[in-house]
Amino acid sequence: MAEVSSSKRARKRLVWLVVVFAGISAIIGGAIFTKTAGATFVPQLALDLQGGTQIILKPNVNGGTTVSTQQLNQAVDIIRQRVDSTGVSEAQITTQGEGADAAIVVSIPGKPSESTLALIKASAKLEFRPVLVTGLGKTALVTPAKTKANPNPTPTLPPSTPIRTSDAAPKDNSDLNWVTADIQKAYETLDCSTQFRTPGQVDDPTKPIITCDRNLSQKFILGPVELDGTQISKATSTAVTTSTGASTGSYAVDLTFNDAGKSIFATVTKRLYPLTAPRNQFAVTIDGYVITAPAIQAVISAGTAQITGGFTADSANALANQLKFGSLPIGFQVQSQENISATLGTEQLKSGLLAGLIGLVLVLIYSLFQYRALASITIGSLIVAGGLTYLSIALLSWRMDYRLSLAGVAGLIVAIGITADSFIVYFERVRDELRDGRPLSVAVSAGWRRAWRTILVSDMISLLAAGTLYLLTVGNVRGFAFTLGLTTIIDLVVVTLFTVPAVTLLANLKFFASGHTWSGFSVSTASASGYRGRGSFREVDSSIAKNRKSSAEAEKRQTIAERKAAAQNQDGAN
Amino acid sequence: MSKFSDLGTALHSGEKSFNIVGQSKIWYAISAVVLVVSAVLPFTLHNGFNFGIEFRGGSEFTITGGATKGADLARTAVAADLPNVEVSVSTVGTDSVLVQTPQLSDTKSELVRKDLASAYGVDSSAVSSSFIGASWGSDVTGKAINGLLWFLGLAAILMALYFRTIKMSIAAMAALLHDLLITAGIYGSFGFEVTPAAVIGFLTILGYSLYDTVVVFDKVRETTFEVEHSTTATFAERVNLAVNQTLVRSINTTIVAVLPVASILFIGAYIFGAGTLRDISLALFIGMLVGTYSTNFIAAPFYAQLRSGESKYRKAAEKVAASR
Repeated sequence: MAEVSSSKRARKRLVWLVVVFAGISAIIGGAIFTKTAGATFVPQLALDLQGGTQIILKPNVNGGTTVSTQQLNQAVDIIRQRVDSTGVSEAQITTQGEGADAAIVVSIPGKPSESTLALIKASAKLEFRPVLVTGLGKTALVTPAKTKANPNPTPTLPPSTPIRTSDAAPKDNSDLNWVTADIQKAYETLDCSTQFRTPGQVDDPTKPIITCDRNLSQKFILGPVELDGTQISKATSTAVTTSTGASTGSYAVDLTFNDAGKSIFATVTKRLYPLTAPRNQFAVTIDGYVITAPAIQAVISAGTAQITGGFTADSANALANQLKFGSLPIGFQVQSQENISATLGTEQLKSGLLAGLIGLVLVLIYSLFQYRALASITIGSLIVAGGLTYLSIALLSWRMDYRLSLAGVAGLIVAIGITADSFIVYFERVRDELRDGRPLSVAVSAGWRRAWRTILVSDMISLLAAGTLYLLTVGNVRGFAFTLGLTTIIDLVVVTLFTVPAVTLLANLKFFASGHTWSGFSVSTASASGYRGRGSFREVDSSIAKNRKSSAEAEKRQTIAERKAAAQNQDGAN
Repeated sequence: MSKFSDLGTALHSGEKSFNIVGQSKIWYAISAVVLVVSAVLPFTLHNGFNFGIEFRGGSEFTITGGATKGADLARTAVAADLPNVEVSVSTVGTDSVLVQTPQLSDTKSELVRKDLASAYGVDSSAVSSSFIGASWGSDVTGKAINGLLWFLGLAAILMALYFRTIKMSIAAMAALLHDLLITAGIYGSFGFEVTPAAVIGFLTILGYSLYDTVVVFDKVRETTFEVEHSTTATFAERVNLAVNQTLVRSINTTIVAVLPVASILFIGAYIFGAGTLRDISLALFIGMLVGTYSTNFIAAPFYAQLRSGESKYRKAAEKVAASR
């Protein structure tokens, strides 16, 4: 009876394997059918194998100052984080030249999406400025009353009173005396729908600016810079909950400042809080555009702030990312954007793959020699693992922008070893059980119980490596971690959903069950045969000695030679 | 059945046994010698480790108007000036060729510039040269090391929890360090450039070595279970039994894992000339062999040594000795 249920379970597992294959294929196939961008059955290749797009960014500097190497490296670091946040494409980012010729070179595999390009080009400089004046994106014009002298009067700006209260120098960054007559005039005539800033424009941080928000629906006069993006240490989006923990459906962005930022932010909020609207607002600008202008609702001295109001999950996340990655020390401008060819070319990929294939054939020959007919399981498992890896990479190419580099190919070839080890461990455990004198059908399931622990814990170590490195590193190392994690999960899937059920089903065949010389399960149990005569021992064996005392368990774990010696001693004593 | 399987049966039953744990001093001595040699060789043979352009930055030449003539012209032209140097050549846009080399002296750089111009039949003013920074800079390395330390710490904790003893973690980490030092040393002795691919190879070795150790230690966990009640075998003997019982598995796994890597290294890199695969496959090849060796010959004996001193095992061992 036990055999029937175990083969039933085995069949069920094989069905699951088919479901996994069909599921991934259906997801990709469906996306291709509906013409979703990027969906493909052909894995995407990385920069070294496929080439891509090279973008050269030139720093914008204010006046005759040059960019320091440190600033440049800091910018490279931030751009790399931004690129990594879009997936695992292993972009290459370097600096080029020095001093006045300095530039940052970003190379991205394939044809990067518009949003990735926008993220890189948003070479944004993030600044916090107090709001002095704000209004609609375009001041509504008024048409003066018709007169005899002017029957068709042109609409003009409404008359305005000076915003400035005196000609005295401004006391602080929120002082309305910053708004000179010129600034006021420029503000009133500004129409946000026109191009009012030149790309890459650099503003003087000590002077006020006139600008609009990103939607171009509101215009602002902003005071001098209070804080910049380098003083933000963390920005995350969170769901706002009520005091009982229920979700309110709205989202907020949590900001944490570093030590320098903390004290400045405390001073600023202290100053802004008592002021009347809109002067109690501070504006966050990227590249001079206002991305948000929240009002201060308390004096914040703890260095953490929460921005709320009208966010969706997506918009809160986008703002958090802008705050986090927007803090470039300098502004940049795209100097050129061109296609770049692969450095390795497909020749090398081909010879690498061919060599790998030869290696695989050698593996098959070796396992045929070692495991005889069982090698069919080895071959089957490797084919299943290969197919699953291919499909997963195709899926991840589309969903996570995963790209296969030459190093990635090498990683996959190493994975052959780890996948093969799972069934080698399993086969050896089954043989161990056979050596202890169990029939094949029992050995197959008992061997699996023991092998499963080993396979699980060793794969957990690999997954731990993959997870930690993926979270904490950047660039190539992150790509490596991803490949390692992927192949480890595939290993677990293949061994549980293919290798084990296949072996279980094969064990029912007479060829294997009889322990045919060529079955791979024929173990010379001669050394243990004298021992098998003791029926009582076999009983203990198959029940895994659950109720036995610990000493019995220890005895069971003696080697067969030890047990024989012990039995002989007993015989002698009798 | 094959002789190998018979050997497996004999090793499993304990009829045949290699005294690996008992002769730990020999293995320690061998490892110590190899460690010293691999620490010294890269410096005596090659002036230390030779880091690639990705780590140190280098020189970059742009040939305007050369793309139609292909990238190979540049490869041969630079190879004549700079033998044994890895050069990366690619085409940019529709008309430029980009050549990256390790950092060159001014005179060398000028020579390369002239030769590239003549190879492509353009005026030397059409070939510009500039300095290019490290794409694998200190921030990438710093984060990689940080990630690595976190991983090792977490892995040690996970192993200690699973095996219920910190000593297995200690032994495994010692073996890991042993593998990394030897792999890096032997790699350096070949004088190959240390490229990002090689570093990825080292990381793979790290994972593989730990994985291999865990598989064998899981068997050790079984064979040493309640060994303090045994009157026939000591703790060290049971560790040795585990190593022997998994010996066939270790050999099979190593051969299966090494075959594809060896194939890439020897067939791929040398016969087909896939230059960049050479570094990663060499790192993997050395690392896998060293990793298997260290699991059986360093980690297991070291673990046995760490625990045999514990009083319950020492007392049990005394009893065993008395009954023999």
